[in-house]
Amino acid sequence: MSANDDILLDVANLKVYFQLPRKNFLAKASQVHAVDDVSFQVKRGTTLGIVGESGSGKTTTAMAVMRLTPVTEGAMRLGDTDLVALEGEALRQARGRMQIIFQDPYSSLNPRVRAGAIVREPMDLMNIGAPGERDARVAELFGKVGLRPEQQALFPHQFSGGQRQRVGVARALATQPELVVCDEPVSALDVAIQAQILNLLRALQQEFGLTYLFISHDLGVVQYMCDEIAVMYLGQIVEHADRIPLFTEPLHPYTWALLSAVPSADPVAREQADRIRLEGDPPSPIDLPPGCRFASRCPFAQALCVQETPPLRRIRAGHAVACHLVSDDGVPPQRQS
Amino acid sequence: MPERLLEIEDLRVEFKTRDGIAKVIDNLNISLQTGETLGIVGESGCGKSMTALSIMGLVPIPPGRIAGGRILLDGEDLLQASEPRMREVRGNEISMIFQEPMTSLNPVYSIGDQIAETARLHEGLSRADAMARALEMLRAVGIPAAERRINEYPHQMSGGMRQRVMIAMALACKPRVLIADEPTTALDVTVQAQIFDLLNDLKEKTGTAIIMITHDMGAIAEMAQRVVVMYAGHIIEQADVGQILTDPRHPYTQGLIRCVPHLTQTPSVERPPLLEIPGVVPALSQLGSGCSFAPRCQYADAKCRAEMPPSTAIDSGHDVACWLTEREAAA
Amino acid sequence: MSEQHSSPNQAASAAFEAEIQMPSIEHPLREAARMFARNKAAVGGLILLIGILLLTLVVPFFYTVDPFDLVWAPLSPPGTENVPFGTDYLGRDILAGIVHGGRATLAVGGAAAILAVIIGLSVGSLAGYYGGWVDEVLMRITEFFQVLPTLLFAMVIVALFKPSVATVAFAIGVVSWTAVARLARSEFLRIRSLDYVKSARSIGSSNRRIIWLVILPNAMPPLMVQATLAVGGAILFEAGLSFLGLADPNVMSWGFMIGSSRDYLMDAWWTVTIPGIFIFLTVLAVSLIGDGLNDATNPKLRER
Repeated sequence: MSANDDILLDVANLKVYFQLPRKNFLAKASQVHAVDDVSFQVKRGTTLGIVGESGSGKTTTAMAVMRLTPVTEGAMRLGDTDLVALEGEALRQARGRMQIIFQDPYSSLNPRVRAGAIVREPMDLMNIGAPGERDARVAELFGKVGLRPEQQALFPHQFSGGQRQRVGVARALATQPELVVCDEPVSALDVAIQAQILNLLRALQQEFGLTYLFISHDLGVVQYMCDEIAVMYLGQIVEHADRIPLFTEPLHPYTWALLSAVPSADPVAREQADRIRLEGDPPSPIDLPPGCRFASRCPFAQALCVQETPPLRRIRAGHAVACHLVSDDGVPPQRQS
Repeated sequence: MPERLLEIEDLRVEFKTRDGIAKVIDNLNISLQTGETLGIVGESGCGKSMTALSIMGLVPIPPGRIAGGRILLDGEDLLQASEPRMREVRGNEISMIFQEPMTSLNPVYSIGDQIAETARLHEGLSRADAMARALEMLRAVGIPAAERRINEYPHQMSGGMRQRVMIAMALACKPRVLIADEPTTALDVTVQAQIFDLLNDLKEKTGTAIIMITHDMGAIAEMAQRVVVMYAGHIIEQADVGQILTDPRHPYTQGLIRCVPHLTQTPSVERPPLLEIPGVVPALSQLGSGCSFAPRCQYADAKCRAEMPPSTAIDSGHDVACWLTEREAAA
Repeated sequence: MSEQHSSPNQAASAAFEAEIQMPSIEHPLREAARMFARNKAAVGGLILLIGILLLTLVVPFFYTVDPFDLVWAPLSPPGTENVPFGTDYLGRDILAGIVHGGRATLAVGGAAAILAVIIGLSVGSLAGYYGGWVDEVLMRITEFFQVLPTLLFAMVIVALFKPSVATVAFAIGVVSWTAVARLARSEFLRIRSLDYVKSARSIGSSNRRIIWLVILPNAMPPLMVQATLAVGGAILFEAGLSFLGLADPNVMSWGFMIGSSRDYLMDAWWTVTIPGIFIFLTVLAVSLIGDGLNDATNPKLRER
């Protein structure tokens, strides 16, 4: 993290709150704290994974970075550009530098537009390359994502799910973006198809030096795809670590619980697994109480936890955690048994 | 000797489509014992959900048609049973939980009423008795403050709670077979783990046999004792869960296990490309005479493309339908 | 329950097998025209509409009987000499009424429907797309128009101005746009949250582009149906106003014919049935064409 130009995306203290409609005229308006004080950086050419369950705010974070949802507070920089301050034409132009691959390949492509035109459209709108060369570029992109040039003439419904996701990838690459946000790119696909898309994303990253912000709830996929991982719970990052230490020595009790909840196909791993079963569901992110948000479900929670929100502390290089009970030299909370 | 509770023999289900007859299920043989969990795995379109609907007698006819076979519940052929008899069976002896807990509950009735409804319908309980049963079921599926929750409506509950309610409804009449069709796909992993624990617990207490339909090998490992792998309407491999996970023989089973990046506690720095199964599941109306997996199989040869491999026992309780096993035996 | 193999897979895998070359892509309008031409019902509707237009725009030059002249014995049944469709209670030629009254009917119906669709689409799309206070305000206005008794309100408008084809069309348009607005709003609300709209924003599309080129084409199927219903509704509304004697008494229209002969329905069925049949045929033609246009522009229905 020495040279600043190494960092492509720098998000600091991002907050995204949604106002809920009042139930009646007298009721106090409630706020959903979808993303609450989140900071992270993504190094150029690497993949940062954000994992979490539904309601954790991982997708909202991605949408805020894409400027597809209003930012309540905070700073976001893409290279030297201040993303939060951009408006109008400047924002429109900046959009070409960051693109997104969506989760659902059935709703992410306009059903009335042919695949070739879908991939060409960003180039026309952003005015990228000479108009005469764009058709050749579309054909090249089709090749890169493993589709054949004649498939440009097909409409989205004529493709299978995996092929549609390939069209979505080609569209995202059309503007030659620096940052690609992948929002659960394989979770809507059949298991046998997921590998095709994951391999493709990795190959494209190597070829074009892409930087990914990879949103997923699937820890196996995140472990395979990401160089760094941030674990989110109810709008906050509870742990942020490099790939290997997050899985070999997770520090936050929520990370443990998440890891131990994943059903393993490996019988040996299942025997050894250190299980933490959480009770109930995550509370709703509406009008949250003070203190650690995980405290209500945490088996180790103490008085301090419900009084004070733990900050995200750096324990060692490449490992930060937001938990009062993790000691400064990285000893996780101990089980009483 | 565990008794054979449910037996499916040579089941064939066909669908009439624009492109001709599609054999949705072809020559399916499954047996389920009391207190056992059987996993059915495969991609969408492989026939796993249709198998469940066949057992429930809910195949839409037309365009569907049961073209042959028997489904025996304690020796009684459900395919021959009358519709009134099937209504008795459904919910009472065999019940089912679905993937989507959001849409499977009726939003205008309280959850207590919905659970009690099943019990009143099948066992003729009075309203008070039925509500008592509903309360008991809600407690059994681990819903906190069940006395209060019994009067709540589906929209007041989270996804995990709704799936628990679905399970409570399915178990209200103490069925002997519970079919769970991707019961946790819509849920978060920590909630999924709770549901799996709950199902395993209930099975131990009540002896209900479970048919668990999923595409997730991890879920199979967690839940099932025996596994059936389906592809394009056929069973291509069938074995104990340990055999399937450690020694999968069919190239498709191998692919299903290896094409997903599994979470491990000891990740390596190197990340080799994942194994890919190329292409997509073929259209059922376009199947030829050969092995249905041959077009996507890296080992396929002329024989595979010409002739459907029979199911062969390679070990006790381990059946594979693949010409490879024959080739290996000859070598 | 996806066992019935979905056709997308088939189409794609069929394309896999046939190593086809890059097909030349037809101009969308030509392709839509070709698809429209294949739809027998739609072509039938088009022919029917052309026939009605010829009848009301060209035939009047050849059949010059004044529809207000008393030409024969009152209430002569159809088939009577010189008056093939019979006469009404004053002895006016019904054929002349059909031929000369169509123009006003179609003008009022068409103009009112176009007005209703323009207002409804603008209000509904803005409300659905922008949401928030825009939606609040526009929907309150829509509700205001909805709760007004439409016929009464139209009568007030017509009464305030001089009854003419234009004021009648305006009055009908102003009272009948709310259904279009509500439908457009709900479609825009649904579609704007789909990922392809987010994607359009993320590649720098303007709001105008998203509303007109991304959402509107996808919202078209139900709106097209609603628009054709609006044409039929406007024609019938005009009949209703004429029936109440609120249309321009100096302009013959099919609605006017029905309205003026309403008392004779039991004794002389032809006086109301014949103009009724022509209104029915017009509405039918328009809705067949609307259906056909909708199918012709929907790629999902274009297979094979």
